[in-house]
Amino acid sequence: MSDIALGSAGIAVARPRRDIGLKQRYAAERRFRIYGMLAISVCLIFLAVMLITIFSKGYTAFWQTTVTLPITFDAQVIDPQDKRATDPNVLVAANYPKLVESALIAKLGISPDDKPMIGKLKGFLSDGVRAQLRKIVIDDPAVIGTTRDVAVLASANLDSAFKGQIDLAVGQERRKVSDQQVAWMNQLKADGSMAEHFNTGLFTYGASSRPETSGMGVAIIGSLYMMLIVLVLALPIGVAASIYLEEFAKKNRLTDIIEVNINNLAAVPSIVFGLLGLAVFINFLGLPRSAAFVGGLVLTLMTLPTIIIATRAALAAVPPSIRSAALGLGASKMQMVFQHILPLAAPGILTGTIIGLARALGETAPLLLIGMVAFVADYPKTPFDPATALPVQIYMWANEAERAFVERMSGAIIILLIFLMAMNITAIVLRRRFERRW
Amino acid sequence: MSVLLVLAIIVAIGAVAFIVARQRGAALDSGKVRPHSRAHYHGWWAFLAATLPATLVFIVWLLGTSVYMERHIVAQLPEQTADSPIASRSLAIGLVKSLASGLRRLDPAQLDNLPTTFADLQPMLIAKGVALATETQDYMIPIALDADRTRDRLGMIGAIIAFVLAVIGAIYGIRSVAERSRARNKVERLMLWGLMGASMIAILTTVGIVLSMLFQTISFFERVPLSNFFFGIVWDPRFAAAGAGASEGQFGLIPLLAGTLYIAFVAMLVAVPVGLMSAVYMSEYAPSKVRAVVKPALELLAGIPTIVYGIFALVTLGPFLRDLSAALAGGSPFIQAQSIFTAGLVMGVMLIPVVSSLSDDIITAVPRAMRDGSLGLGATRSETIKRVILPAALPGIVGAILLTASRAIGETMIVVLAAGVAANLTLNPFEAMTTITVKIVNQLTGDLEFNSPQTLVAFALGITLFFVTLVMNIFALYIVRKYREQYE
Repeated sequence: MSDIALGSAGIAVARPRRDIGLKQRYAAERRFRIYGMLAISVCLIFLAVMLITIFSKGYTAFWQTTVTLPITFDAQVIDPQDKRATDPNVLVAANYPKLVESALIAKLGISPDDKPMIGKLKGFLSDGVRAQLRKIVIDDPAVIGTTRDVAVLASANLDSAFKGQIDLAVGQERRKVSDQQVAWMNQLKADGSMAEHFNTGLFTYGASSRPETSGMGVAIIGSLYMMLIVLVLALPIGVAASIYLEEFAKKNRLTDIIEVNINNLAAVPSIVFGLLGLAVFINFLGLPRSAAFVGGLVLTLMTLPTIIIATRAALAAVPPSIRSAALGLGASKMQMVFQHILPLAAPGILTGTIIGLARALGETAPLLLIGMVAFVADYPKTPFDPATALPVQIYMWANEAERAFVERMSGAIIILLIFLMAMNITAIVLRRRFERRW
Repeated sequence: MSVLLVLAIIVAIGAVAFIVARQRGAALDSGKVRPHSRAHYHGWWAFLAATLPATLVFIVWLLGTSVYMERHIVAQLPEQTADSPIASRSLAIGLVKSLASGLRRLDPAQLDNLPTTFADLQPMLIAKGVALATETQDYMIPIALDADRTRDRLGMIGAIIAFVLAVIGAIYGIRSVAERSRARNKVERLMLWGLMGASMIAILTTVGIVLSMLFQTISFFERVPLSNFFFGIVWDPRFAAAGAGASEGQFGLIPLLAGTLYIAFVAMLVAVPVGLMSAVYMSEYAPSKVRAVVKPALELLAGIPTIVYGIFALVTLGPFLRDLSAALAGGSPFIQAQSIFTAGLVMGVMLIPVVSSLSDDIITAVPRAMRDGSLGLGATRSETIKRVILPAALPGIVGAILLTASRAIGETMIVVLAAGVAANLTLNPFEAMTTITVKIVNQLTGDLEFNSPQTLVAFALGITLFFVTLVMNIFALYIVRKYREQYE
C-alpha cells in the first residue's frame, strides 16, 4: 500500500503540472472585476458631472444685484396736476421710471442736459422698478415729496456683468453691456451702492418676461397644492386598495386582473396619464385647464400604483402570528387589519408614500398636456386657478434664450433637487428607524 | 347653494346621527346583557345611513342636471344653429355656458334690467372681470339667463331631496340601535365594499385610459385613413393650415416610431451593460464600505427627475459633443447639438439604476446552493457568475430589460429637450430624429382646437404608445413572475 502511494506521489512530482489555464482564468477574473468597477464609476462620474455643472451654473441665481439709490418722490413728476386725491389712477399711471432715472443721474454725476449720455443709461436698471415704486407710493402716499433710499433691481444683463459672467475682454458691440455701463457699474460698486443680495424674488415672483423679476412663487404654490391633493387622495385610496388585495381578496380571476393592472399601470408612460387627464378631466368633465386640481388628479392616478405596491409589501411583511393572535382573541377580520396590521405596517406605507410623492413632484410630461405650461403672474388662490409646477417652470425657462433665464433655471433645478433629496432622505431615515425584522 | 355647502350639511346631519346613536348604543350596555355591537359601531352605522344614500343621490342628481342643461340649451337655440355642423353647435353651447357663468357675477339689480344686446352687456361684464368671446350673439342672453335660473332651481330641488334623505337615513340609523342589532357586521360589510371599490380604481384608470383615447382616435381615423397613419413615411401635420380644410397634413407614424425605437436602442446599449455589470459587481464583489456609498448614490441617480437629465443634455452635453466633434473634424461639427446619440446616451444613464436595481433583485434570488456548488468545484467567481448565475437568472433579466425598454419608449422629457422636433428618417445617430412622445407634446401644447386632426392625432399616437408598452409590460411581468415561482 505505502509503496504504491509513494510511487504515485513520485510520478506526480516528476510530471509537469497539468495546465488548466489558471493564469488566463485569473486574468479573466481580474478583467471581469475591473469591468464592474468601470460600470460603477461611469454612474458615479456621470452623477458628479451632472450635479457639478448644474450647481456651478445655478448657485449664482440665489444672488441678485441691486442698486441702492436715494430716490426723491417728487410730486411734480408723480402728480403734476395734483389730482391724486380725486383720481386714484394718477398714482397707478405715474411716470415712476423718471424718478429712478433722475436719482441715478444725480448719483452718477451726469449733467441732466447731456442727452446722449442719459440715453446710454437705457437697460441699466430693471424695468421692474415701475411696479416696485408704484407699490411703495400706493401703500404709503405720504412718501410723496420725501427722499428715501430704495434698493432697485439692476437689469439682467448688468446683473450678469456684475457677477462676472460676461467676458468684458470682447468688444462692446458683441456683448449686451456697453463700456460706459461697465464704467458706471464699477463706480457704483466702489461707493458700495451696487451690491449683491440674497435673491428672495426667486422664491416669491411669478412669471415675467424679464429674468430679474421672474421667480418660482407660482410654481411652488402650484406644486404644493398638487402634492396636497395627491396625498389626500392617493394615500387613503392606495391603502384601502392594498388592504383589500392583500387581506380580503379571494384568489380569482378578478383579483388577478386587478393585480396585473396595477403592475402595468406602474409601468405605463407618464405622458399617457396626461392624455387621460386632458380627455377625461378637462374635455369630458369640463374642469379648468392649467389648474392645480387637475394636475393633482392626474398625479394621483400616476402615484397610486407606487403606493399600492409599497403598501402591499409592508402588509405582507407583518408576520402571520400577529394575525392569528388578534383573531384568536376574538377580533373581527376588519378589527385585526385596522387595529393591528395597519399600525405595524405604517412605517413601510409612509416610506412608499414619500417616494411616490417625490416621483410625482418631479413629473413634468403629463402636466404639459393639461396646460400647465402657462404664463401665470399671480398667485393661485385656490387649486382651481391657473398655476404652474416646479418642473414645468424649469421646462419653460429652458425654452428661453436669455442667459439670465438659464441661470434661474439652474437655480430652480437646485431647489427642486433639494426638495426631492429631503423627501428621499426622510424616507430612508424612516425606513432605518422603524424597520423591524420579525 | 354650492355643492360643497350641501355636502357639508349632509355630513353635519350624519355627525348628529353618529353622536345620538352612539349615546343610545352606550345606554344599551346595562351590565347584565352585553349588546352585540359596541356603541361606536351603532354610531357609525347611523352616520353611514344618513350620509351615503343622500350623497349618492345628490351626485347622480348633479350629473343628471348637467346633461339636462345641455339639452335644455340646445332646444332653445334657433334652428339654423341647431342644424349646422357639430363644431359650430358645440361652439354656440360653449358660448351660452360661458355667458351664463359670466352673468352670475352681476349684481341682482343689474340682472333685473339686463341690456338686450351683447354690445351693451359686455362693458358690464368686463367691469366684473369677465372677458367673453366676441362671437357671443344677442339671442344668447335670454337663453343664458334662463339657463342660470333653471340650474339654480334644479340645484335647490336636488339639495332638498338630499337633505330629506339624510334626515330619513339618520332617523332610521338611530332607531335601529338595539341590543341584538348587528351594527358592527353592517359597518364592516360597507367598509369591505369601500375597500373593494378602491381597488377597482386601478381597473377604472386603465379603462379610462383606453376609452378616452379610443374615442378621440376613432374620430381621428374618420378624417385620416388608417394606412396614411400606420404606413405613412411623412410626418407633416401642417399646423398653419389647420381649419383651412383644403390641405390636410400627412400623419405618417413610421418616422416617429423609427426615432422612438432608435433612441431607445441607443439608450439600452448604454443602460444594459453598465446596469448589469454594476448590479453584478454590487451583489458579488463590492466590499460593504463601497456598497454603503454606491447604493445611495444609485438611488439618488434614480430619484433625479427626467427633466433634469433632459436639461443636462440640452444645455451641457449637446453643445459639448457638438464642439468636440467640430474640433475633431476640424471645422464643421458632425454631431448635431440635438441628436439621437445625445438623447440616447443621457436616457441610457437615466435607465442604469432601473436596470441595476431590477437585476440586483433577480441575481440575489438565485439560490445560494447553486453559487456554492460552482465555487466548490473550483470555478472562479467570474466563471460562476457567467456560467451559473447569469444563465439561471436569464429569464428574469430578460423581463427586467423589457420593462426598462418600455420605459425608454415612453420617456418624454429627455427626448423633448434633447432629441429635436424634425421628423427625419435617418440611420446616422449623430443627426436629430423625433419620437412619438415628443409629437404628443408638440401637438397638444399651446392653443388647441379639439376637433382638428392635428390634435386628435396625439391620441392616436398615445394609444399606439400605450399598446406597445402594455404588451411589453405584461410579457415582462409574466416572465418575472414565472421566474420567481421557479425558485420559491
